[in-house]
Amino acid sequence: MNVLELCNIRKSFGSLAVLRGITVTVGKGEVVAVIGPSGSGKSTLLRCATLLETVDSGEINYLGDYVVRTGPDGQAQYSPPADLKRIRRYFGLVFQNFNLFPHYSVIKNVTDPLIHVHKRGKEEAYAQAQALLAKMGLEDKADSYPYQLSGGQQQRVSIVRALAMKPEVLFFDEPTSALDPELTGEVLKVIRSLTDEHMTMVIVTHEMQFAQHVADKVYFMDEGLVVEQGTPDEVFGRPQEERTRRFLERYSPSAP
Amino acid sequence: MSLETIIIQLAIGLLKSIAIFALTLLGSLPLGLLVAFGRMSKWAPLKRLTLTGNGRFKQSLAGIRPLQILVKLYISLMRGTPLMLQLMVVYFGPYYLFKIPIGQNYRFTAVVIGFVLNYAAYFAEIYRSGIESMPVGQYEAAAVLGYSRPQTFFKIILPQVIKRILPSITNEVITLVKDTSLAFAISYSEMFTMARKISSSQSTLVPFVVAGIFYYLFNLIMAYVMERAEKSLSYFR
Repeated sequence: MNVLELCNIRKSFGSLAVLRGITVTVGKGEVVAVIGPSGSGKSTLLRCATLLETVDSGEINYLGDYVVRTGPDGQAQYSPPADLKRIRRYFGLVFQNFNLFPHYSVIKNVTDPLIHVHKRGKEEAYAQAQALLAKMGLEDKADSYPYQLSGGQQQRVSIVRALAMKPEVLFFDEPTSALDPELTGEVLKVIRSLTDEHMTMVIVTHEMQFAQHVADKVYFMDEGLVVEQGTPDEVFGRPQEERTRRFLERYSPSAP
Repeated sequence: MSLETIIIQLAIGLLKSIAIFALTLLGSLPLGLLVAFGRMSKWAPLKRLTLTGNGRFKQSLAGIRPLQILVKLYISLMRGTPLMLQLMVVYFGPYYLFKIPIGQNYRFTAVVIGFVLNYAAYFAEIYRSGIESMPVGQYEAAAVLGYSRPQTFFKIILPQVIKRILPSITNEVITLVKDTSLAFAISYSEMFTMARKISSSQSTLVPFVVAGIFYYLFNLIMAYVMERAEKSLSYFR
């Protein structure tokens, strides 16, 4: 069974059609990379999947649990709030600019949602958070506040915060775009380590080499449509569409 | 009248000034938050009734936010008229409008009601400025993690808002210390009213000097307290 199915998603902001019928499926343990130029709708797609935006039409389900489906009138019909609350537990999201809570220490950023949303015991939550932080090489930062950390460390904390909730699928919205190349490396390393644990992930990124190496499936989006999809070898190695070739040429390190 | 008696008399008045000050903050800080919610309310009950229509008239009806309009009017009245006048309305209003006899004890109540209503309007706008300056990412992170709306506001947003607005609150607190003297408008015997009484009966300016020193010391203490409060929130950025 697929962890996530996005079916024929359409979304407009006023008269601007940002998503014009997007279909994406994510299987268990799969790593999906979404690439494309700025303004192609990648981030909007992620925001629709994580309930930060509503779709105009189309269907979304996690493990067969429907977020939204097409009603008899052709309009998008969202599930009742109680269902959405349950469905939120299926996914986690790592933001481009981390969005850690600045007034909470690192450990509290991780444990507070566990304790107050998932209603876990305090000791259990702290033990779990400590273990995850140690795994990410952040054990000595547990009592620091976000402003005391580098961007790379902050992003790793936000990954820990999302992982602690044990999501079925983890979304990354350009997780390294706010970081310099050195810090980018340390965050990518962490994401790569998650693939070894067969974490299901959807990654919107501009890091082409990274996408090529870690993804099982690549979607290339432009102007609100999926232009091309396939394995990294297919999309990066032998792109079929002229638009894809033009886009990738700009990223190839040894362009003639 | 000796200096000592003047000081004792004024100290009694100072206690009453402090009572006005404390009760005003106790009432207007929470009330201001409620008013801020009303000010930011997007509740538009006519939207539902006019869903079917698309005429210009119906469209404009649908956009009406009654709670927001009401609160805006309240804030504009509180900020647009003198506090002294507002105190007089609260004190004399019940009698002139409804012929309700006013007792001696009502004087203090009227002062506190007037101050709370006035300061809540200012605090509401300060809260609003803080709430609206919060980056949307904080709300989004909380939503994705599954925090409910009240949890998001009270656990994530409000503590950061308080840190941001504390300097503006300090301003209001210091103004309030001096504003308590406006209670003389309805002859409530706080420090300034006392100073005037003693001054005119003894024909001396000493009570005003003493009162001025008391106000200044009071504010010195408040400025220190607020500075400590700001420091206690400096553990995050």
